[in-house]
Amino acid sequence: MSDTAVKPINEVTPQVSGNPKAASALEDRLAAITMPDAGFSAEARADAMARLRAMGLPAPRDEYWRYTDPRAFNAPRPAALPFDADGAESPLFTERDKLTLVFVDGAFDEAASDDLSLEGIEITTLAKADAAGDHWSADLYGQLELAGQTPVKRPFAALNTAVAHDGLLIRVTGKPSKPVHVLYRRGTEDADAVWHHVIRVETGAEMTLLESGMVGARSNGMLEVDLADGAKLHHIAAKRAVDPKVGLSHIFARVGAEAQLKSFTLAVNGTLMRNEGAIDMVGDDAVAHIAAAVLGDGDNGPFHHDDTVFITHGAERGESRQVFKKVLKNGATGVFQGKILVKPGAQKTDGYQISQALLLDENSQFLAKPELEIYADDVKCSHGSTTGAIDEEALFYLRSRGVPYDRAIVFLVLSFLADALTEVEDEELRDEINDRLEAWLTTRPQI
Amino acid sequence: MLKINNLHVKLEEEDKQILKGLSLEVPAGEVHAIMGPNGSGKSTLSYVLSGRDGYEVTEGEASLDGEDLLDMDPEVRAAAGLFLAFQYPVEIPGVGNMTFLRTAVNAQRKARGEAELTAGEFLKEVRAKAAELQISPEMLKRPVNVGFSGGEKKRNEILQMAMLSPRMCIMDETDSGLDVDAMRLVSEGVNALRSPDRSFLVITHYQRLLDHIKPDVVHIMSNGRIIKSGGPDLALEVEHNGYGDLLAEAD
Repeated sequence: MSDTAVKPINEVTPQVSGNPKAASALEDRLAAITMPDAGFSAEARADAMARLRAMGLPAPRDEYWRYTDPRAFNAPRPAALPFDADGAESPLFTERDKLTLVFVDGAFDEAASDDLSLEGIEITTLAKADAAGDHWSADLYGQLELAGQTPVKRPFAALNTAVAHDGLLIRVTGKPSKPVHVLYRRGTEDADAVWHHVIRVETGAEMTLLESGMVGARSNGMLEVDLADGAKLHHIAAKRAVDPKVGLSHIFARVGAEAQLKSFTLAVNGTLMRNEGAIDMVGDDAVAHIAAAVLGDGDNGPFHHDDTVFITHGAERGESRQVFKKVLKNGATGVFQGKILVKPGAQKTDGYQISQALLLDENSQFLAKPELEIYADDVKCSHGSTTGAIDEEALFYLRSRGVPYDRAIVFLVLSFLADALTEVEDEELRDEINDRLEAWLTTRPQI
Repeated sequence: MLKINNLHVKLEEEDKQILKGLSLEVPAGEVHAIMGPNGSGKSTLSYVLSGRDGYEVTEGEASLDGEDLLDMDPEVRAAAGLFLAFQYPVEIPGVGNMTFLRTAVNAQRKARGEAELTAGEFLKEVRAKAAELQISPEMLKRPVNVGFSGGEKKRNEILQMAMLSPRMCIMDETDSGLDVDAMRLVSEGVNALRSPDRSFLVITHYQRLLDHIKPDVVHIMSNGRIIKSGGPDLALEVEHNGYGDLLAEAD
């Protein structure tokens, strides 16, 4: 098996060389950032910074940013996000005993968090590890991000590695009795929150990671996940945002033999959100499922939500699923750029990708770019993308039973999202997310 | 109970008249059957009465207990006591049968100013009624009509009818796609619901259903109108001779 046969696509041309304006935009961006005191991660950060300077910030004409205008991410500072916009913190995952770790504007808040000790799992924070010097995660920090830069350049991921002050460094050696829950909170109105988590799940170990809460006015979050053979990570993120929130998130994962990654994101509201995923299935019989349910209402201002996912099958008999469902109304825009790359030799790959939008009015739009690139001859790969309106037949059926119009729409939206929600394996968590969705659809609180 | 007078209906999107002066009255407690050749407008009648979009009433009226039906939204008609058993019940993935049914029952009760059923009350009632229709608890938990066989879908329609307790039930070819046993089960369900305050309008192609659900009156419909009404014998006549003679007579 050789990488050289794979032709890079969507490559972003470096913007900096010979372009002083772009270079100065990046320097302005960097000047607004307080650099962390790096310890064990210094080398990775310096490397990421050098890569970022070589790449430059993305421009609207870049292929990978064709559907999402990067300028709000490029700006030196975010627009302030008033506190009164969020409403009260709405607890999620309440039914579950869990280890809750609180981050305020991207920084770990030890006083507000549970004790870090839990059997089968080792947790420290990036800031502490950097202060202490050596750390096991030195082999991983920024490394999976670096791997994910090929074939597509991701400047904001490099930026994250270079400048993140804090995050969790988690090593899982057993099967901890409860999930780790990262709860995000806001500390200042104009926070430009950047955090970087690294998770290593050792052979045969497994964990559930929950994320919820509100992040800064602008955010750049990263999850680097290394799954050893037979390891499992079940990841559920419930993103709560208010306008004019601008957010980026990244997940870079390496999935070993017979390992399983299942990641589900629920996203509602916000102004501009982009979630990038780069999943590298390096071991035979690996499983990777990435799913999202997105609800966008442009009523309070523009809504733009972009899911950009790249799954690489580099070994045999891998199973990948990309399931993305977006419900859009009042001029909301949904974007999906999803790719399955099957490398030479990755025989018996089973790859599936579905992206669907339910448009609740004629002003909303869904822009989808599904791609398959296959260099093995014995694989099963399929992709589908649909954009549709409410099913009138089903709507009439519900109403004919006495279900009022608004309530019937809620049922049909939940019905549309059901395929994505089934990617949440844990029934209790799935029900809770479904209930939350239903509540949001019924009463429209900011969640 | 149900009064339809000189009803004219065309398709909204094209200039095609489907109902051309249909008149019909179903008194309380009676079962009326409508038979007629394909394309005579039977299903359109059921949809127009229950409020489906896509039809335009150009003339005439339809009322339930003196209340004008045609201006009401479908959910308002349902709360007023109208129920349509669909020829093709719709599958709704991701929405539990029980959740749907409880929402429907309580929405109707709320609309009528009645107290909503608690989860416990609802569960007790739905379990008892499901058992009568041989609907398993597992079927109740599944998403609405998803993975149901043809017979299960129709039994589910009758379960909804039983739970919603409508006063005017319209059944649109409920017998289509049913085997003999399923037809008996569905018919028993319907017969159990017969009462002096409840009426039925049964649309069917086949006389066989009427062996199980005995009608008081049989109407023959053709080209958007009722062309003949009579007793149960009229259905037998159609079964033996087809519609030819009746159509010729009407012309």
